[in-house]
Amino acid sequence: MSNLVEIRDLHFRYGERPILSALDMEFPRGKVIAVMGGSGSGKTTVLRLIGGQLTPQAGSVTVKGERVDPSNVRALYAMRRKMGMLFQHGALFTDMSVFDNVAFPLREHTDLPEELIRDLVLMKLHTVGLRNAAELKPSEISGGMARRVALARTIALDPELIMYDEPFAGLDPISMGMTANLIRKLNDALGSTTILVSHDVQESFLIADYVYFLSKGAIVAQGTPAEMMASADPYVKQFVHAEPDGPVPFHYPGKSLAEDLGLGARP
Amino acid sequence: MIGFLTAIGRWTRETIANTGYAARVLFAIVRSSGGLLRRFRLVTTQIHFIGNYSLLLIAVSGLFVGFVLGLQGYYTLNKYGSEQALGLLVALSLTRELGPVVTALLFAGRAGTSLTAEIGLMKAGEQLSAMEMMAVNPLQRVLAPRFWAGVIAMPILAAIFSAVGIFGGYIVGVQMIGVDEGAFWSQMQGGVDVWNDVLNGVLKSIVFGIAVTFIAVYQGYQSQPTPEGVARATTRTVVTASLSVLWLDFLLTALMFS
Repeated sequence: MSNLVEIRDLHFRYGERPILSALDMEFPRGKVIAVMGGSGSGKTTVLRLIGGQLTPQAGSVTVKGERVDPSNVRALYAMRRKMGMLFQHGALFTDMSVFDNVAFPLREHTDLPEELIRDLVLMKLHTVGLRNAAELKPSEISGGMARRVALARTIALDPELIMYDEPFAGLDPISMGMTANLIRKLNDALGSTTILVSHDVQESFLIADYVYFLSKGAIVAQGTPAEMMASADPYVKQFVHAEPDGPVPFHYPGKSLAEDLGLGARP
Repeated sequence: MIGFLTAIGRWTRETIANTGYAARVLFAIVRSSGGLLRRFRLVTTQIHFIGNYSLLLIAVSGLFVGFVLGLQGYYTLNKYGSEQALGLLVALSLTRELGPVVTALLFAGRAGTSLTAEIGLMKAGEQLSAMEMMAVNPLQRVLAPRFWAGVIAMPILAAIFSAVGIFGGYIVGVQMIGVDEGAFWSQMQGGVDVWNDVLNGVLKSIVFGIAVTFIAVYQGYQSQPTPEGVARATTRTVVTASLSVLWLDFLLTALMFS
C-alpha cells in the first residue's frame, strides 16, 4: 500500500456547526504533505481526526490500512505509538527539564536502561541543535527552541507518521527556516510520512511534495507547490499571493453596515 | 412557569449526567492504577509535593484549634467541676471530628486548589493532549498518582493535626491555666478508645481524602482550557469539596457513632 493515511468521505461537525464535509485525502508514504488554508478552515481538525482525538460523524480515517477508532482505546493507543505530533506551542511538560521531556516517551514505552535513554535523548537533541540545552527548563528557553525540543520529543520513538500543527507560527525568520529544514530532513532521514498543517506559504511550499488547500471544511485545490503557485483558482491565488480581498472576504458574513446602522429602514 | 420547569428539568438532567461521568472517571482512575504499583515513585513524589503544600498550614492550624479547645473546654468543664476531663475532651474532639474535618477543609483550600490549577493549566497548555498523542493515558500518568497521593496524605495530615492540637490543648490547659497534668493525660488515655475513636477518625479522613482529591483532580481535568476556565474550576473545587466533606462527615458520624 502506497498511502500511509487515507481519508474517505469524512464529515465532522461541532454540534450543529459543520467543520469538514465530504473530505477525501491521501497521504503517501515518505512524502511531506502540506494542508493549508485560512483560520477556521478545518486544518487542525483533520490532524485531530487522524490522531483519534475526535470522532467523525461519517466517513473514515485509516492509518496503515487500520481504521482510526477512538472508541477502541487499546487499538488507538497502539496506533499512536507509530505517530508523532508537534503541537502549535510545543506543549512541553513545564515541570520537567528539556532532557526529561525528550526522554518521556522513551521511559513510558520502553524498558531501555537509563544510560541508553541518555544517549538516545542527546542524539535527538543534537539533531535539533539543542544538546547543550538539555538541563534547562522550558521556561528558560525561547519559543523557537521550545518548538525544536518538542520536535525532538516527537521523533524520540522514530514514528512512521509525523504531524505538525502550525510549526512556523510565531517564529522569527531564522527559526522558521531552521524548522522547515529540520522537518524535511527528519522526514527523509527517518523514512516517515509528514503531514504539515500551516498557513505559511513560503516555508511550506519549500519543503512540501504535495499541497491540499482547505476552505470551509472542503478541499478547494490540490497539487504540487509549483502547480499551486501557477494556479488560476481565485482562492489559491488570493492565499498564495496574500491578497487582502477575494473569495475569502475581509468582513465576517452577516448583516450589511447600512442595515446595522438602520439606514435602510428610514423612509 | 414552563420556562422554570424546563430549567429545573435541564439542571436535573445535567446533574445526573455530570455525576455519571464523574463516576466513570473515578472508575477509570482506579482501574488504571494497577501500573502505579510498579512505578510507585510517581505517587511518593506527589505525596511529598502535597505534604509540603499543606504541612505547615495543618500544623499551625492544629495548634491554634488546640489552644481554643483548651480554653473553651476549661471554661465549660470548670462550671461543673470537671476540668480534670479537659484532656479527654480535647482528644475526643480532635480525633473524632475536628482533626479529620478541619484537615480536609484546609487540604481542599491549599493542596486541592493547587492540584486543580496544575491539571487545568496542563490541559490549557495542551500537555494532556500531547500525552494522549504519545499514547500515554493522562488518567494513569497524571490523575491517578495525584489521587492516591491525596488519599494517603490526608490521614497522615489529620493525625498530625490532632497530635499538634492535643499539644496545644496541653499548653493552654496544663501549662497556662494549671489543670493537673496527670489527670489531663490519664483521663485522655482511659477515655479515648483506639477502635471507636481513633480508627473511626482515620476512616473518616480516608473517605475525605478520596472525596477532596478526586474533586480536585476531576475539576482540573474537566476545566475549560482558558484562564477563566481554570479559575472557575479552582473555585468549584473549594466549594464542592468543602460541602462534600461536611455532608460526608454527618453521614459517617451517624453511621459510626449511632
